[in-house]
Parts: sequence; structure tokens; C-alpha cells
Amino acid sequence: MTSSAAGRRRREALQGWMLLLPAVLIMLVFTVYPVFRSGYLSLFKYRMGKIPEYIGFGNFEQLFGNSTFWKVMRNTLEFALMTVIPSMILGLCLAFLVNRKGRHIGFIRSAFFYPSVMPMIAIASVWMFIYMARNGLFDQLLVSFGLQPANVLSNKDTVLPAMAVMYVWREAGYLMVFFLSGIQSINQDVLEAAAIDGATGWKTFRYVTLPLLAPTTLFVSTIAFTNCFKLADQVIIMTEGAPNNASSLLLYYIYQQGFTNMNYGRSSALTVIMLLLLMVFSLPRFFSQDRKIHYN
Amino acid sequence: MNAKKAGSLGVSLLSVVLGLIWLAPLFWLVSTALTETTFNMSFFPHSAFTFRNIRYVWNAVPFGQYYLNTIILVVVTFCIQFVTSTMAAYSLAFLNYRGKSLVFVIIFMQIIIPNDVLIIPNYLTVSELGLIDSKFGIMVPFLGSAMAIFLLRQHFKTVPRAFGEAAKIDGANLWQTIWRVYMPCAKPAYMSFAVISVSYHWNNYLWPLIVTRSPQNRPLTVGLAIFAKSKEADMQWSNVCAATLIIILPLLMAFFIMQKQFMNSFISAGVKE
Amino acid sequence: MKKILSTILVLSMLLSLLAMPALAADPLELTMFFPVNVGGSVAQLIDDMTTEFNKQNPDIQVKAVYTGNYDDTVTAIQTAIGTSGQPDLFVSLATQRFTMDDTGMAMALDDIIANDPEGQAFVDDFIDGFMLDSYVEGGRIISIPFQRSTMVMFYNKDAFREVGLDPEQPPKNWTELVDYATKLTNDKRYGVAIALNSGSAQWAFTGFSLQNCTNGVGLMSGDGKEVYFNTPENVEALQLWLDLQNKYKCMAPGIVQWTDMPTQFLAGEVAMIYHTTGNLTNIRNNANFDFGVCFLPAGRQWGAPTGGGNFYITKGISEERQQAAWKYIKFMCSTENAAQWSINTGYVATRESCYETEVLKDYYASFPQALVAYEQLPYAQPELTTYNAAEMWRILNDNIQAAVTGEMTAEEALAAAQEQGDELLADYQ
Repeated sequence: MTSSAAGRRRREALQGWMLLLPAVLIMLVFTVYPVFRSGYLSLFKYRMGKIPEYIGFGNFEQLFGNSTFWKVMRNTLEFALMTVIPSMILGLCLAFLVNRKGRHIGFIRSAFFYPSVMPMIAIASVWMFIYMARNGLFDQLLVSFGLQPANVLSNKDTVLPAMAVMYVWREAGYLMVFFLSGIQSINQDVLEAAAIDGATGWKTFRYVTLPLLAPTTLFVSTIAFTNCFKLADQVIIMTEGAPNNASSLLLYYIYQQGFTNMNYGRSSALTVIMLLLLMVFSLPRFFSQDRKIHYN
Repeated sequence: MNAKKAGSLGVSLLSVVLGLIWLAPLFWLVSTALTETTFNMSFFPHSAFTFRNIRYVWNAVPFGQYYLNTIILVVVTFCIQFVTSTMAAYSLAFLNYRGKSLVFVIIFMQIIIPNDVLIIPNYLTVSELGLIDSKFGIMVPFLGSAMAIFLLRQHFKTVPRAFGEAAKIDGANLWQTIWRVYMPCAKPAYMSFAVISVSYHWNNYLWPLIVTRSPQNRPLTVGLAIFAKSKEADMQWSNVCAATLIIILPLLMAFFIMQKQFMNSFISAGVKE
Repeated sequence: MKKILSTILVLSMLLSLLAMPALAADPLELTMFFPVNVGGSVAQLIDDMTTEFNKQNPDIQVKAVYTGNYDDTVTAIQTAIGTSGQPDLFVSLATQRFTMDDTGMAMALDDIIANDPEGQAFVDDFIDGFMLDSYVEGGRIISIPFQRSTMVMFYNKDAFREVGLDPEQPPKNWTELVDYATKLTNDKRYGVAIALNSGSAQWAFTGFSLQNCTNGVGLMSGDGKEVYFNTPENVEALQLWLDLQNKYKCMAPGIVQWTDMPTQFLAGEVAMIYHTTGNLTNIRNNANFDFGVCFLPAGRQWGAPTGGGNFYITKGISEERQQAAWKYIKFMCSTENAAQWSINTGYVATRESCYETEVLKDYYASFPQALVAYEQLPYAQPELTTYNAAEMWRILNDNIQAAVTGEMTAEEALAAAQEQGDELLADYQ
């Protein structure tokens, strides 16, 4: 190995790192460091204006003994199931529905997708009125069917499902485009071969199309879960967690503990729990063969 | 054959009906914003057309300032991301050195951990840096975008090496090579990344809420939320709808005009940052 | 020679005149955060008053920053203090007093008051009911009453007539409340409404607790270190709410939002509402029926909560800034301004001397409903105020909501609130 080759290699490495530096520095400071920092702070009793005091796993112990925490965790998981599965099924159905050529198909796709380009905060502001007690559109609809107005946002049993309907409305169109691209990338020859083998429409769908969509489905599910866990905007606007935390979700709880109660220690502990949750639900990505996440 | 035709008609019909259901909230939002205020909400407008709500809201809330703030945020964020991501993507695509896999781990971390989740530690950091209530404070955590780096790197890799070598032989330096060879080839990736970045930052709420204090820095979303949440007793849905319409209009129009580009962008990005 | 001298003199005078503005020091710039919680263009009013102050005091420039509702403002203050963008003074809930002191966000004002020759007289002039929640540990004064309100009952006189009730005799006690509300309820209208959303329920509940209590203090001790949620009287008060909804069915079930209530009242969907005096102007301007304002119906005695925002000065700002902030506060709370502020907003004028002014006298003569709040003040006490105030509010609100949604009984809910409240205050015992 000549020294000039080593020098060139060193120069290339230097250049490589210099080019990376700005982006990586930002990511280190705002993605990597905060992960460790929340882990560190979660070990302290730390309220704003007070001196932090090391308490080991005290924050976690307090949380685990707190019924509100468990309620929030249950809400978060319930909300994830209530939204991710229906919006994936709906997204898949919509994808098949709009997987056609035609003059107006672009417009119909847009009709399903447009909520994704609206801020959650705007959607929540509008849906809050749809769900408003008695005067709201939803209660009016119930009354027109001869039912009692439900005031869904103030009832502990309906508040999460009501938010879930709103979120599915927003998310289905977003997931639809992934399924659409998945469907369109399926080789037509395979489908034709299945047809020649005598497979009927449903059979083709069940035994050919669906398995071929499996990687897309896996990938979409990780996106859907991640998106769902980072929701807080609509809780802030619509309910602030009411009634009695029945609509409180984990990120909202982090926000509330940190910025209303000023309990940085406890909200850091909650952040750690959130990170664990995200990791678990992102595991499929490690095993997925999808090119978007396979980085070699 | 007839059955097939009927089936296809059925599918069309179903998609149109569903599409209308999906559009219903938007229809209500627009019609309520543009008709006279009443005490009774109704799906179909039942009062006269008016711009009064829009005018009232525009004057009651400094939306002009908020617009400016959001536009500055979105544009500056994108421009900086553009530079940092291009550099990083080039480096990861073509240069050989040790430690690259570590960078991939960091990129991967950012992809699975949405920024919103780290509000507490990031707020403390931004506060220690003295960036609370500044536009830069809102932008700074997003200036290194894993999604963008990843997307650009994929596209750069598809460019034949010979193109880059040829440029070098012609005496182009690194910047010129990137500018003349790789960027034009990765145009679709840049478009996707622009769409994602702009719509993400136009719509982002929680982080700017925490970082900003004053109208001089507040983006549209935070302004809307303050307006919708203010316990104003004369609060009316027509006013909130008007305010909502004001803030969603530009992005929504851009979307309906370039719907294909938007949807493809979201697919190729795979994640909303 | 004389001519030359006089020319020089004139010239130098002209020059010095020109130089004057340049010599004058830059005005001291102060930032104030303030919330708005009621109807009307209150934010605009504060801007106007601030502009007037800046005009009168060219050496000080106050920048008033509207920071959303009370919750948003508390968050804004908490996250801004200690940073370069911190406010020099702010308006925040009076109930934040212990928290503001405990966390070192606001400074005690006693020294400033003592050093100001008019200081003591200024403070003494405030109505006692409002000064009550300006004190923190050791009797120090931490805030000055500003946008203060109390809860009153608004009722629809037309609806009273319709069902054969005397419109000049609103309910005086809980029994009458139940009775009237039941009579006023029909298919299209509920008899009474109380806001039960988080941030409002605890306010109304303070009133009911004061009306029913036998300990004279309602929900908490004066030092903010103890809460008394689970007394039998408070359980009784909460049970009354549940009965209004479930037993008598004269109050809408579930959680009615504070913000929706005036709209419902104005639309004739509810006949009596518990709401802030701050809403008076809005209701007066928009009601297309005859309405009345009255005391909150009594339980064992009359009682009402006070609420609203006070001025605080940020701890750790320079002496010069403290003085400027104090000057601004004195301006905003001057007798004339406080009186005019009350007329424009419906907030209660905070100083005894306001009630001697012609403007306020004229106002009450033309609009007697506004006087009710003042007359009720002797029975009013601060709403729930403790250390860690925001979290304590949340505890009470959550548990009240648990009872309202049927998760718990009134007794269980207040017992749970007591337990959680005690735990929250454990550090301060």
C-alpha cells in the first residue's frame, strides 16, 4: 500500500465526514442526544424551578402505581387498534376501488387523500363542531333518525371511538396511496397466469394479490402505528383529555406533564416509555425487505 | 359481459359515493365559512353568502403575520434541508470511509422516532441554546432530515458513475459535479422531498406551540389553535371555519392542482419525516 | 461683536435642540404576556391601554403580547422564564400565586410597595375579596388584581314568564334551583347549565362548596397546603350536580363546554347558566330576549368563587425594569382605568374607589344587572388555589368528570381527588 493511496483514502474520509457534518450534527443533537437525555432525566425528581434530585426509578414506580397512567396507556393502545386496523383495511379497499383508469379517477383519489394535506389541528377544529353536543352535525343526524343526541366527546365510552372515526377518515386515504402503488407494482403476468390456471376473481385476490401485498402491508402497518402514537394535536383542541382522561393519549400526557404540570422528570419517564413503544412497533421494519427501508 | 359492465358501473358509483362522503366535512367547512352566522348548525347552508366571517377573523387575528411566519419557516427550512441533505446523501452514496454504518443507525433512529415524541428534551436543549420564541428554534431540529438524505442517496446511486467521472475529468470540482450531474438526475426525489417538507412544516403544530410565544414567530397552526381554543364567549363555528379555511387554503389548492405529484411524493418518502 | 455673540448663542441653542432627541436615552422596552378568557375584543382593549401608557411615558415602551387563553399563557410563561424571551411582567391566574412563588417565576412586591409613597394606599384600595389571593407564604404580596371576575347566574326572563315563574324572583337557594330548573325544562330547553369541562368545573364547584360548607373555607386552606375535597358537604354539592342531570333531568347530561354555554343561552336552549361576569357585555349585546343576572343560589349560605387574572412581575429582572413594570401596573389599575375596563369588559372593577367614579355610577344606573357581581363580592372567595395549582385543578376536574360520566359515585370521586391531592401536596407539609 503506497502512502499516496493512504493519503487519498484519508482525504476521501475527511471529505465524506465534512459533507455529513451539518446533517449529522443536527441529528445527533436533536435525535440521538434527546433519547439519552430523557433516559437520564427520567431518573430525577425534577420540576421546573426546582433542583433535580436523583430518585432512581422513582418516576417509573410512581407512574406504574398511578391509575391515570394505565388509563392513558390503555387509551393509546386501544386508539392504535381502533385506527390502524380499520384505516388499513379501508385504505386497501379504497386502493382497489380507485385502481382504474378513467377521466375522473384522479379527482376521486384526491377526494380520499386530501385530509392528509390538512393540519390535524384544522381537522380537529372542524370535527369538534361536527361532534358538538345537540347542535352538532352528528347529533343532528342521530336525532333525524329518531335517536337521542349522544354528545360523543363528553362520554367516556364514545370519545375515543369518535376521535378514531375522524382519524380513520384522515388516514385511510394516506394509506390508500401506498397500497395503490403496491398493487400497481404487481406483475401483470402473475395475475394472467393465475387466470389461465382457472383462478376466479376472489381466488386470485386471496391467493395471489394479497400475499404479494404482504411486504407493503407490513411496511404500511409500521407507518400507521408510528403516526398514530405521535398524535396529540386533536386531544389538545377537542377535549384536553376529558372526560376524566378517557381521551388522553400518551403524547398528550407527556405534553401535559411537561408543560402544564412542569414535571420534567415524570414526562421524561413517559418519553422513555414512548420510545420503547415505538421501538417495538417498528421492529417489522428490520425484517422487511422493502427497498425504502433496506439500505444497501 | 353485461355483468362485468354492471360491476364496473357499480364500482364507479361506489367510489363516487364514498368520495362524496369523504368530501362532506370540507364542503361543510367551506359553506359555513362563507355564509352568515346563525345559532343553528346545518349541513347545507341556510343563510346568505358572505365574506363577513373571513373579514372578521382576518382582522381579529394577525393572520397576515402568521402567514408570513409560516412561509418563512417553510421556505428556509426547505432550503437548509436541501443543502445539508444533498451533501450528506452524496457523501453516503459515493465516498468510502469507515463509520458509515453508524450514520445509517442515526438515520434509522430518526426515521422511527418522530420529532414530536422528543418535545421535552428538545425543548430543554432549544431553551439552553437561547432559541425559545425564535423562528430558528422551530426549524433547527428539522435541519438534518433523515428522510431526505435517504431519498436523495437512493436517487444518486442510480446515476451511472461514469457521469460523475466525466464531470471530474472536465475539471469540475465537487460542488459543480453535484450541481450539474447529480441534482438534475435526482429531480423527482427533490420534488418529493419538497412536497413532504413543505406540507409537514405548514401543518406542524405541537413543536411550534412549545417554542413560540409571540405573534412575531407564531405559525398559522398555532394561531388557529389559539383562536379556536380562546374562551371567547362570542365564539362561533362560522368564525372557526373561516379561520380554518384561511390556513388550509394554499396547501389544499396546491394539492388539488398537483394531486398526482403530491401522492407520489408521499409514497416515495414513505414517512412523513 | 454683539451680533456675532448672539448668532453663536442662537446657533448653539438650535444645535442643542437638534441634539436633544439623540441625547435622550432609548426607551426601556418591557414585554408583557397576557391571556384573554372572555368575549369581546379584550385583547384590543389591552393594546389600546398599553399604547396610551407608552404615549404618557415615552421613556418606557411596553409590548403587550397576547398569549392565548389562561392555560396557554401559563405554559407560555413557564417555558419563557429564564430565557432571553422572558416577559418582564405578565397577567396570569390569581390561583397561580403559590406556584409562581414556589418556582421563583414571580417576585414579591412588598419592597416595591414600601418604597412607593403611594404604594400602601394603592394596595389598600383593592377590594378585599380580590386581594385575598394575592398573598403567599409569610403574608407577602405577589400579585395585583386586574381582570377579575366572579360567577353569577344569567337567566332568561322570557322563559320564566312562559312557565309561570316570576321573572323578578330568580332561585334563591338549591331547593328553588331544582324546582325552577325542572319547571323550565322542556323538549327544546334545559333548565340550567354548569360548565363541566376541565378548567371550568373546579370554578363552579368552588362556588357550590362555599355555599354548602360548614368550615367557612370550602375546598382548601388559605396557605394552599391542604385540600378538603371529601367533606360530606362537598359530596352533597357534587351529588346535587349529578341529581340535576340524572334525577331531575333538568341539566344536559355529560360535559357541557364553557365556551358553548353562552351560545346555548343566547339560542334559548337553556334557561339559566352559571357563568362569568366577564360575559355580561356579550350577552347584553346578543340576547334577543329579556335576561336577568342574579346571585348564585345559596346552600347553607351565599357563596361564589372569584377568579381571573392578576399582574405578576418576573423575578430577577433589573431594579429599573421592576420600577417600570410597577408603573405600568399602577397605570392599568388606576381608579379611572379599572372602572373603564370594567365597563368595557364586564369584569368586576377591582378597587373600592372605582365605585365612586361618575362613569361607573352612570353605568350601573343604566345597566343594573352589572351591579349584581359587586353586591355578591362579600360572599365570594378565591377559587381552588394550592401549590402545583395546575395539577391540583386537573385532579379535581378529572374526578368530577368521573362522577359525571358515571364511573364513580360522588363520594368515591371526591375521596379519590382527596387522596391524589394529598399526595401532590405531600412535599409541602
